[in-house]
Amino acid sequence: MPTPVEIIQAWRERLARAEGAAYCDALQEAAGDRVLCGALQEVMPELAHVWQRRIDRRRLLQLLGASLAMSGAAGCSRAPREKLVPYTAMPEGLVPGIPQTWATALSRGGSYAHGVLVKTHMGRPIKVEGNPRHPASRGASDAFSQAAPLELFDPERSRACTRRGAIVSSSAVLRALAAVRDRWSARAGRGLAVLTGSTSSPTLQRQVHALKSQLPEARWYVHEPIDRSSVIEGAALAFGRPAEPIYDFTRARVVVALDADFLDAMPGHLSYARAFADARRALDRHDSVNRLYAAQSTATLVGARADHRLSVKATQVNGLARRLAVLLGVIDDGTSSHDQEHERWLRLAAADLQAHQGEALVLCGDHQPAAVHVLVHAINEKLGNFGRTIRLIDPVADASRSNGDLRALCARMAGGAVDALFMLDVNPVYSAQADLPFAELLSRVPFALHSGLYQDETAGASEWHVPAQHAFETWSDVRAFDGSASIVQPVIAPLYPGWSLPQWLALIMKGEPGDAMGIVRGTWRALWAPARDRDFERRWHESLASGVVDKSQSASLTTALDRNWQAHVQRSVPSEGLELRFTADASVWDGRYANSAWLQELPRPLTSLTWGNALLISSALARELRVVNGDHVSVEHAGHELTAPVWIMPTDYPRHTLTLALGYGRTRAGEIGTDVGVSAYRLRTSAAPWLGTNVKVRAVEGHSALAAVQLHHEMHGRDLARQMTLDGFTAGARASHSEGNRLPSLYPEIDRHGRYAWGMTIDLNACIGCGVCTIACQAENNIPAVGKAQVLLGREMHWIRVDSNRVGDRGEETVFQPVPCMQCERAPCEYVCPVEASVHDSEGLNVQVYNRCIGTRDCSQNCPYKVRRFNWLDYNGYEREQPLAAPAAVMNPDVTVRSRGVMEKCTYCVQRISRARIQSKIEERTIREEEVIPACAAACPSHAIVFGDLLQSDQEIHRWRGSARHYVLLEELGTRPRTTYLAALRNSKPLDDETLKS
Amino acid sequence: MSAERVSVLKPGETYASATDQISALVLTEPTRRTWVLFFVTSAALAVVYLYAITAVFAIGVGLMGINIPVAWGWPLVNVVWWIGIGHAGTLISAILLLLRQPWRTSINRFAEAMTIFAAGIAGMFPFIHLGRPWYFYFLLPYPNTMTLWPQWRSPLVWDFFAISTYILVSILFWYQGLIPDLATLRDRARTRRTQLIYGFLALGWRGSIRHWRRYETVYLLLAGLATPLVVSVHSVISLDFAVTIVPGYHSTIFPPYFVAGALLSGFCMVITIAVPLRRAFRLEPYITERHFDVMAKVMLSAGMVVIYSYAVELFTAWYSGDPFERGMLVNRALGPHATLFWIMLAVNAGVLQLLWLKRVRTSIPMLFTLAIVINTAMWIERYVIVITSTQRDYMPSAWGTVSETHYDWALLLGSLGLFFFLMCLFIRFLPVISIHEVRELIHEQEEQRS
Amino acid sequence: MSSRQLFRPRANTVSRIVVYGSVPLCLVAAAWSIALARSSWRTQQDRFVQQPVPFSHEHHVGGLGIDCRYCHTSVETSAFAGMPPTQTCMTCHSQLWRQADMLEPVRRSARTGQPLRWTRVNDLPDFVYFNHSVHIHRGVPCSTCHGRVDRMPLMRQARSLAMQWCLGCHEHPSPHIGAANPFDPAARPAMALGKHPRAVLDSRGDPLPRLLECSICHR
Repeated sequence: MPTPVEIIQAWRERLARAEGAAYCDALQEAAGDRVLCGALQEVMPELAHVWQRRIDRRRLLQLLGASLAMSGAAGCSRAPREKLVPYTAMPEGLVPGIPQTWATALSRGGSYAHGVLVKTHMGRPIKVEGNPRHPASRGASDAFSQAAPLELFDPERSRACTRRGAIVSSSAVLRALAAVRDRWSARAGRGLAVLTGSTSSPTLQRQVHALKSQLPEARWYVHEPIDRSSVIEGAALAFGRPAEPIYDFTRARVVVALDADFLDAMPGHLSYARAFADARRALDRHDSVNRLYAAQSTATLVGARADHRLSVKATQVNGLARRLAVLLGVIDDGTSSHDQEHERWLRLAAADLQAHQGEALVLCGDHQPAAVHVLVHAINEKLGNFGRTIRLIDPVADASRSNGDLRALCARMAGGAVDALFMLDVNPVYSAQADLPFAELLSRVPFALHSGLYQDETAGASEWHVPAQHAFETWSDVRAFDGSASIVQPVIAPLYPGWSLPQWLALIMKGEPGDAMGIVRGTWRALWAPARDRDFERRWHESLASGVVDKSQSASLTTALDRNWQAHVQRSVPSEGLELRFTADASVWDGRYANSAWLQELPRPLTSLTWGNALLISSALARELRVVNGDHVSVEHAGHELTAPVWIMPTDYPRHTLTLALGYGRTRAGEIGTDVGVSAYRLRTSAAPWLGTNVKVRAVEGHSALAAVQLHHEMHGRDLARQMTLDGFTAGARASHSEGNRLPSLYPEIDRHGRYAWGMTIDLNACIGCGVCTIACQAENNIPAVGKAQVLLGREMHWIRVDSNRVGDRGEETVFQPVPCMQCERAPCEYVCPVEASVHDSEGLNVQVYNRCIGTRDCSQNCPYKVRRFNWLDYNGYEREQPLAAPAAVMNPDVTVRSRGVMEKCTYCVQRISRARIQSKIEERTIREEEVIPACAAACPSHAIVFGDLLQSDQEIHRWRGSARHYVLLEELGTRPRTTYLAALRNSKPLDDETLKS
Repeated sequence: MSAERVSVLKPGETYASATDQISALVLTEPTRRTWVLFFVTSAALAVVYLYAITAVFAIGVGLMGINIPVAWGWPLVNVVWWIGIGHAGTLISAILLLLRQPWRTSINRFAEAMTIFAAGIAGMFPFIHLGRPWYFYFLLPYPNTMTLWPQWRSPLVWDFFAISTYILVSILFWYQGLIPDLATLRDRARTRRTQLIYGFLALGWRGSIRHWRRYETVYLLLAGLATPLVVSVHSVISLDFAVTIVPGYHSTIFPPYFVAGALLSGFCMVITIAVPLRRAFRLEPYITERHFDVMAKVMLSAGMVVIYSYAVELFTAWYSGDPFERGMLVNRALGPHATLFWIMLAVNAGVLQLLWLKRVRTSIPMLFTLAIVINTAMWIERYVIVITSTQRDYMPSAWGTVSETHYDWALLLGSLGLFFFLMCLFIRFLPVISIHEVRELIHEQEEQRS
Repeated sequence: MSSRQLFRPRANTVSRIVVYGSVPLCLVAAAWSIALARSSWRTQQDRFVQQPVPFSHEHHVGGLGIDCRYCHTSVETSAFAGMPPTQTCMTCHSQLWRQADMLEPVRRSARTGQPLRWTRVNDLPDFVYFNHSVHIHRGVPCSTCHGRVDRMPLMRQARSLAMQWCLGCHEHPSPHIGAANPFDPAARPAMALGKHPRAVLDSRGDPLPRLLECSICHR
């Protein structure tokens, strides 16, 4: 009698052979085949629940998908609790129960990677950490990489090849491909077009080059909704060659950011954030602190952290740059800024820049037109910043070989010159600019193939679709913002059929995918040109192990300003009327991450909105339109109209600017991402992709509830998130009112005889409010996403929230404050719990014992910080299926998955402490500082969170707590928190009149 | 003095007449349409209650309008309210007994019944409110394989015992008072079945001197036991709030404040029941204007204590200068639930003052409406205390509020339904007025005459 | 209305029995339920479970004297002691008992790559995080928790595995630790051999009460 696996194998082969209608029949038959079902059931008991119900066709497909996965990743599936399923052959180096870590790289959007370390548990990638050895990461990571494991195991990922929506075998795709290949290869590739996102992959560049030389008539187009074209163009105009500037904030004493969000939007933001934070760390009052001038055309993190903020229209930035250039004597031009406030801001900045030549930095946003970049380059040149705080490198995502962007492709398609179109890892049908009739043109292409992670809009519109492989499943390579390359290695065998990008290029050229690793190795063999084979293998393995290719950073270009650079400078013409800014979204970027519940529920910086975007407008405009948060308005721009709910921004938001984040309003994103928010692409034109001018907006009928997690940003005179002026700080002021010494208490001192005393300190001066800590915590601690409806009820589950508090006289300044559990030594939550589910341990942790908790919620009632979270409903899908519940595969096996009716909260990542403690016991030593780093602290880009043992005086946390900025939140309550804070600093330039006059 | 005593009952009542009329309500009277109407509606509501509970147990407390920061919602409001209602009974039966107040006689029976039902319902809400009600027994100190015990520092544990003790003692007290009357019913019952049932319940009462002597001793003892409970139960409940550090909860006035509030709402409920009862079953001879007058006076005095507590809260907040205390009061007065706060003040501090007028105290309709209005306001008061305090406590960034759901309404109205359902049954099957004590009263009156 | 008595004299006796009897009845019920919670019916102690292959520890450990670590490889390094991959079985059984029907599942697994599916015998709740390695390094003999596996033809749960039982050791670790070779089925803790393990414990352990704290086992 054949074994289950043999049965399934037989079916797989049979289905592989079948075609179109025959295939469907085969499926129907399979669905009825009890033998097969029995076999599947035996092979995949974890899917047992599926078998309780009638098996419909869709479910069978799921199972087949899963069984395909089995073939690749035997042993990766999780054993049911009551069974023990050992390997048949133990993988090398694997110790059951001990996670392994692999170095690879992930890129936000398409290009610009940062190195990551992927923690796999019995073969399952469950957590991503930054790679300390990677220049773009320095140990930090962004929200998207934190959500990567969830994306990998997303049950809604595309699982099978389809033709016009009907499932076909991959061999069928190959056959069809062979047919069209003959056509174009006969004509040197005429009619063949490949559309990809912008890419920094050396391998892909090499392959494209090969493709072009093999098929001269073939076309390669690049469609990246969020690109840096104007940066590169600006450099080209200024220096006569395309280039990208990269910055060194550690050396910059004065930073002038002209509508430039280098903490969030720019490539390299992680390392920039770290460098910027380090440059104003100032634990001691003698430490130096940089000064940040920020002009912003929308609400940005940089603006929030700025010492001198100026809110302007995006089109006014050119004027600012001009005026600044004039004040610094870069160009001469009589016109002075008409606006008093602008003039004052500019003069202050100019004076500061003058005073700090060579250690200053002026930068402007990627979305600003090339002309502004030219001006900024000229200013930096004049100040002698090049080579010191800023350097130029060749563009990381080299598009020189491409035949243009989507616009060019559309033109060619309209000409009917495209008869085979490959859309690889792009979703143009969704993200095409409003003025490009891409979908319509696509329908006329004889052979259109889409490869992507999801059955998305483009998949729906194109004849063929093939699942793409996740970055964790495949071989490839990428570059970081500074050019340093990483080799992307798989950490799990592919779950579904499909080919990686390098394989696709191989398919197009040679007709067979080949093996991805071989292709990538080929690239590096060529690049390194090693003398002996042994050297290559050594370098290869070093690169894999360290996660970054040694000495692969791009060299600085030494170029002087082009002679007639001034020709490219434009007169400043601020537009009349309203302006519409398009921004990349902090949670879904350009829309590709839309189907991730974690990301959707991650509060967006500053607005704290979840589950969707909204049109950000100034309070003044809101008054004009007579709208409140959530009311619908109709936005009209360049003949396109869109209805969107509004979100009213605080006073310092530019009055005449509307902001709409890209990436929402997906129609085929999946169960989670579809119909969330509105699609900004429907207003975006290829002429002005980043800014709409002369925008009309009017209030219309309709209101939609917007799920913001923080409803009050003012502190009502309560001294919670504290901020000091630099002058006060240097003069010796302290943030803490109790001058560091403990407040008296009626209770006796509790003697805790622990070996360790864990504590955490959070530097509000370093926190940039990006919220990565929140999602990192979610990924580490199996925190469920609850969905928009529950968030609206105030039931989000995040263990660490990032408050943005309005401070200053007019509440115009922002101080971000991450708030995890304070782990109070005198915890109010503990004495009210009737069952001792909330207790203290001798290491100072305020422990929540889930399995003892009965859910009276008295602890939360009595928590002054309100950091406890409750499982109001069965969020993890124990009792009935929950669409938002994360698949079991991503769960961290070291952390209990909480059931309904249980209170939970930050544990200082007790599982990490335990692991370290046990190891230290075995090795008979004390735990070392670097051994225990909570998920939030590990992920934080700006190193704003430090964790350590208060009993070991040599640890960093002691230096932090020694600072005069150190204070305790709500100290007067006498809760004695173990989590404390460092007050933020404002380094505003003293206003002396001569600076203003000069 | 004597005149007063006399006027407790309508003159001209004899042992026979009293016994006949009251026992007749149970044994001979045909079922009235009004009763049926009441019974059916309340039964329907009781079913809704059961449905809501089942749903909450099966799906989760998330069905109710609660969240972080407002993790305690309507069920907690209901607990405090029902327990409060459960107060009047024991006060009347126990304390007034010890104080030798003759007017307790004709109302103590159904007041005690009311107490038991109300306290029972109140006791259910904490469990409905639990996240994992199936583990409620973790609250019990029992030898388990986890070697774990309840945490005695937690007021919730005190609650558990306070409420259960209260219910237990109230039942004993009530039942003991019933025994002689059950015997009366046994003797007057017509059918064998009723004879057997009442006979069984009467525990072989023969009304011998010995029986009576023991009866009196035990009754006094129980009264002595019950008296401190009247004060303790609600004090303990108030500690659930008072021991926390939440502004609006953390206040030393709470125990007396809660007890007074309890008496107020308790007597409101007694009146609310007494009026229709009296009308429907022609009990005017036994429940006279005098009773209502006295009860109104108790309400008034309790109400004054409540008003004082309001004042103290305001004063403390102002005098302490604590920004959080002040913020809490500002929130109550101007926050999302300001209307409720002002209604509460208007009624409990304003309308209540009408009771100074004899005219109001003796006019049954006015008293009836007043009782209902004030009781509603008392529910609102508990709402204001429980919900508007954590709604906006220390960190504005965590502020938020919730709105009630269908389940909150279902549970509140349903519990009312269950309460009246039980009352209806009680009225039909047990003497609503203590026959033997009325006889005693008549006896006293005659003595005074002669 | 009948003049005769409503109840017979017997009623008195009956009611007395009911009244006085109810007290002991409650006590008995309580005692019974307490006992039930500790019974092997509840804890599954000493129950044999059906396994795909009737593997005998008695034969392999007691008879052949194979070390625990030969199969449970990660017991010293990981929380999970580890279950032997089919390969491990086949190292011997590709030579010995090649035809035995009893071993067919093993051979099939080796042939098809389909793992064997054993049934857990010692199964702790998911919210308990027991770690083998640290206990081994403390010199807690395997037999302390697993019993004399060398005398078990079929595996059974040797202890109740109730929290109470865990805490027994965690409260007074001394008598249970410091075995010279914890893997020896007959291993005995240091104290039993007259040595006092106190020193061992203090040198590398936590202060004793620490071992009773929730966060030691629950996360």
